[in-house]
Amino acid sequence: MFKTYSLYRLLPYLQRYRFKLFYGAACLLVTNVFALAQPWILKKVIDSLSLEITTEKLLFYSGLVVGFSFAEGLFRFLMRRILIGVSRYIEYDLRNDFFAHMEKLSLSFFHRMKTGDLMSRSTNDLGAVRMVLGPGIMYSMNTLVISTVATILLFSISWRLTLIALLPLVFVSICVKKFGEEIHKRFDKIQEQYAEISAKAQENLSGIRVVKAYAREESEIRSFETLNRLYVQKALALVRVSGAFHPLLGLLLGFSSVALLWIGGRQVIEHRMTLGDMVAFMGYLAMLIWPTIALGWVVNIFQRGAASMSRMLRIWDTVPEIRDGDDLAPVDRISGEIEFCHLTFSYEPGQAPALKDINLQIPQGATLAIVGKTGAGKSTLVNLILRIYDPPPGALLVDGVPVERIPLAVLRSHIGYVPQETFLFSDTVKENMAFGVAQGDPQEVERVAKVADIYDDVMSFPNHFDTLVGERGITLSGGQKQRTAIARALLTDPRILILDDALSSVDTYTEEKILRGLSAVMRQRTTILISHRISTVKRADHIIVLDEGRIVEQGRHEDLLTLGGLYAELNKKQLLEEELAEF
Amino acid sequence: MTEHYDDHIMGKAYDGQMMRRLLGYLRPYGRHVALAIVLIILISALKIIGPYLTKIAIDRYIAAADLAGLGKLGLIYLAILVALFGLEYLQTFLLNSIGQRVMYDLRMQIFSHTQKLDVAYFDRTPVGRMMTRITSDVDALNELFTSGVVTIFGDIVNLSGIILALFLMNYRLAGLVFSVLPLIILVTLIFKIKVRENYRQVRKLIARMNSFLQESITGMMVIQIFGREPRKFQHFESINKDHLDANLQAILYYALFYPGIELLSAVSIGLVIWYGGGQVVLGAMTLGALVAFLQYSERFFQPISDLTEKYNILQTAMASAERIFTLLDTPSAIATPAEPISPAQAKGAIEFHRVWFAYKDENWVLRDISFAVKEGERLAIVGATGSGKTTLINLLTRFYDVPRGEILVDGINIKQMDLYDLRRRFSVVLQDVFLFSGTVESNIRLYDENITLEQVREAASLVHLDRFIDRLPKGYEEEVRERGSSFSVGEKQLLSFARALAFDPRILILDEATSSVDTETEILIQDAIQQLMKGRTSIVIAHRLSTIQDADRIIVLHKGTIRETGTHQELLAQRGIYHRLYQLQYKEQYGRRPHVTNVPSVE
Repeated sequence: MFKTYSLYRLLPYLQRYRFKLFYGAACLLVTNVFALAQPWILKKVIDSLSLEITTEKLLFYSGLVVGFSFAEGLFRFLMRRILIGVSRYIEYDLRNDFFAHMEKLSLSFFHRMKTGDLMSRSTNDLGAVRMVLGPGIMYSMNTLVISTVATILLFSISWRLTLIALLPLVFVSICVKKFGEEIHKRFDKIQEQYAEISAKAQENLSGIRVVKAYAREESEIRSFETLNRLYVQKALALVRVSGAFHPLLGLLLGFSSVALLWIGGRQVIEHRMTLGDMVAFMGYLAMLIWPTIALGWVVNIFQRGAASMSRMLRIWDTVPEIRDGDDLAPVDRISGEIEFCHLTFSYEPGQAPALKDINLQIPQGATLAIVGKTGAGKSTLVNLILRIYDPPPGALLVDGVPVERIPLAVLRSHIGYVPQETFLFSDTVKENMAFGVAQGDPQEVERVAKVADIYDDVMSFPNHFDTLVGERGITLSGGQKQRTAIARALLTDPRILILDDALSSVDTYTEEKILRGLSAVMRQRTTILISHRISTVKRADHIIVLDEGRIVEQGRHEDLLTLGGLYAELNKKQLLEEELAEF
Repeated sequence: MTEHYDDHIMGKAYDGQMMRRLLGYLRPYGRHVALAIVLIILISALKIIGPYLTKIAIDRYIAAADLAGLGKLGLIYLAILVALFGLEYLQTFLLNSIGQRVMYDLRMQIFSHTQKLDVAYFDRTPVGRMMTRITSDVDALNELFTSGVVTIFGDIVNLSGIILALFLMNYRLAGLVFSVLPLIILVTLIFKIKVRENYRQVRKLIARMNSFLQESITGMMVIQIFGREPRKFQHFESINKDHLDANLQAILYYALFYPGIELLSAVSIGLVIWYGGGQVVLGAMTLGALVAFLQYSERFFQPISDLTEKYNILQTAMASAERIFTLLDTPSAIATPAEPISPAQAKGAIEFHRVWFAYKDENWVLRDISFAVKEGERLAIVGATGSGKTTLINLLTRFYDVPRGEILVDGINIKQMDLYDLRRRFSVVLQDVFLFSGTVESNIRLYDENITLEQVREAASLVHLDRFIDRLPKGYEEEVRERGSSFSVGEKQLLSFARALAFDPRILILDEATSSVDTETEILIQDAIQQLMKGRTSIVIAHRLSTIQDADRIIVLHKGTIRETGTHQELLAQRGIYHRLYQLQYKEQYGRRPHVTNVPSVE
């Protein structure tokens, strides 16, 4: 009936809870036995009332109703806990697995996919799948049991009445299914319009300066009004359908009651059926209402769940591009020697290379500085060392081993990286600094904070190292963020330290201080410094100037100055800037 | 999607003053509201009639073997069902359309108000927060109007109708049956409170999980590089576990509640069988009444549950209303004065007179700035980043008011002018070109109907935008999406020039973009700037050598004060700040000065 193949992928998860599912199904069965017995008791009561009946007998029947109801309630309780519970457990498993899978995916994947899309896979789509596992499965079973048994019982009372009274119920199922689809469709349209209104408002509020500068407020209000009016129209288009849904169900179910009254009443009058039968009939009919509604609903749940599952699978089935290969070298320690051998790299095959014929050797413990314009390939160079992207095989060696043959975890755990754009997590300062280590020893954290010259800043925060940063905490300045990121990298005690333009937001005075503090740290490790500032790089053992992916100048500070090229030009400009600041 | 924590104020459920203000929004639809109330009362009354009809059928017709009477009763029942269908549909539609209209009014009011607010408000308020006012807060009020205020009447009628019917049939049995009523109310109330707490907990955990996810996805590079995947996973798992537990808790509540309610109605059924059955045997009650009793016993619960739900709706609505009203009650610091003065002539003369300005407290960004620009003069402003250039422009267009000193346009203090009148005298081209979604055309004329398509085309042609537009499949009708992501930087700049030109201002204000474009586009841009400045006063924050060379006068801003003034040559000769700025920012462009004759002619 519909494509559910994507849902087969849920089977291993269901398998894990097969015993629970079995108990749940058993409870469901028992629940319905007790539930279905109750109209029968009423029938007995009504029928016996026409005869002589003792008070004891009445008390017995009423006790039976309460007792059965209690038993029914008990098993219904167990059924809901087990069956709906399983769906929550599976949701939990799925969500964990999905997150773990995302953690394995390469960064190029995250550049390709929109965050919003990934979010909606792990929230909305997962929710739709959960609906299949919980209510979907439970109500399918429930509907099956009740409708089978109740229909048999109804037939046993009067087959003719059953046929007539059940006819409207068939329409109820169809109605729920059809209406469900139509409502969903119209609801999507509303959501689209809603998104448009939001987009309009968002755009207007973000561009309010242009709106005001051109005095366009009135026309903006008018165009918002148009969208707003359309929204009302679409919302009412939904109400036109959804508003009919419940009254229509009521009408259809009412038809059953009228049929029962007419035909049932006639049969009672003609003594072909007792009054008790009629009352029991009413009871069973009422019990069938929910399963028939649920039937149409369940079909829609399965359809949506299957669509959501296949959307999730598109991510699930993505194989990480960067991962440990089969041909791993037995490396568990890195000392920090780096070598580029005629490395040429482009992001996409066929694209112009971002790095061209890079030949470079960085001895262990040396400091390399890279300068160059935006887009010259500086960050690309260090990204390759980190294997954020894969270099061509054999072109990049660390400790003489091609990087792609070093276990990813070993490689990265020996590199301390301060990225160009600082990303901190909404956590405490301390947690952020201890991000790369298993246990953040407070003394160690303080030590690196001092080296990164962030210690005094942190001590001025309300809760010192326990201060939350980000949306829920304090907002750090660009320089504070960068210095926190430096502390974070230092705390991992790396063999290779990479600072990608990591001091751009701090003033020259602070920069000087940090560099002085770092010099002791840098002496023992291979360091790569990327910077726009001559002051940052001038003390490096070796400086390379990148331009359009090529090394165009290299040497020590003094050598490059005498060369009179790009580096010397950059130096002159910075002297000018310093002079300007003096004015 | 990201909700702000401070947006979760959960205040009291009822605030008389606020409720009155809210109900005020229903006033324009008063007659519809009244009709909806009448309908809902009628519907509730008709709905409880079913079991009573059963009683009549059994007692009067089945007992008397009156087939004709039974048929008639069936017809009445059928008629009621059809009537109910019609009335219910009408009522739902009516109520929803009232709700939608109120939402429409509210959204318009909020949006219109945001348009009036001053730029400083936008500086300190995240766009997301204002968005929440227009979207989810309005939705919460919709809930109040469609399922709160009016439907409460229906629930009351429903419940009291059932009670009345039972008392009429047999007051003793009714009294007995009602003994479970307090229990049902109690259980329902406890359940609702528990579920509400739990629901909030779940929402909180979902929000936490979402922000964790969002953060992890955006920070995945850092996570992977620091090898933090296992621990991030553990953290995620623990939030996920809390979410699981909270949901299992919810399952527990529901699993207890529904069987509990069923048990209570089973008790009332038991009472009906035991006592009612006895009454029937004694002849004190008819069989039909007994059956009706049985059916009514199962119907207590729904109206009680609905009534308790209203409390939730009310509380959420009040919190949203408070936030919406706070926004609506925020006055704009910058507005047109009561009696605006319009300059006698629109010449385009500007004067800054001892202007001081600070965004915050006494951190002066501009100190004692005085200068005048004559009609038709070209003024260039240069200075290092942070010297106060952009602020100068923001003050001129009255995005902010100056606390000290005054700014005059055509001899009138801008604070005394009509705000729109003032701003219409300028065309402002900002560094970051902001494109709106719409078409190329709508981005040039910004929906101003006074600008004809001819003028749009002429402006586009003068700034050499037409050659780009001609290449687009739909020309001027080409769609602009997501802030013009499909356009290059250069194209966007030319588009903003066309926009500025189409408005044909007296004064041009241009904050030149620093981003580099290819040589051909650069030539086009430089010529377009010439076209823009022709015949009007202009103030340009210059980043181009050609612009400063062509300026009548250059002002050098440094650390918030005017340090040097003069022409390009004069200032160079001074060998001061300008000389250094020139070497730093402009000198490299030497030799890229285009000759206007070199501009490729329009084919």
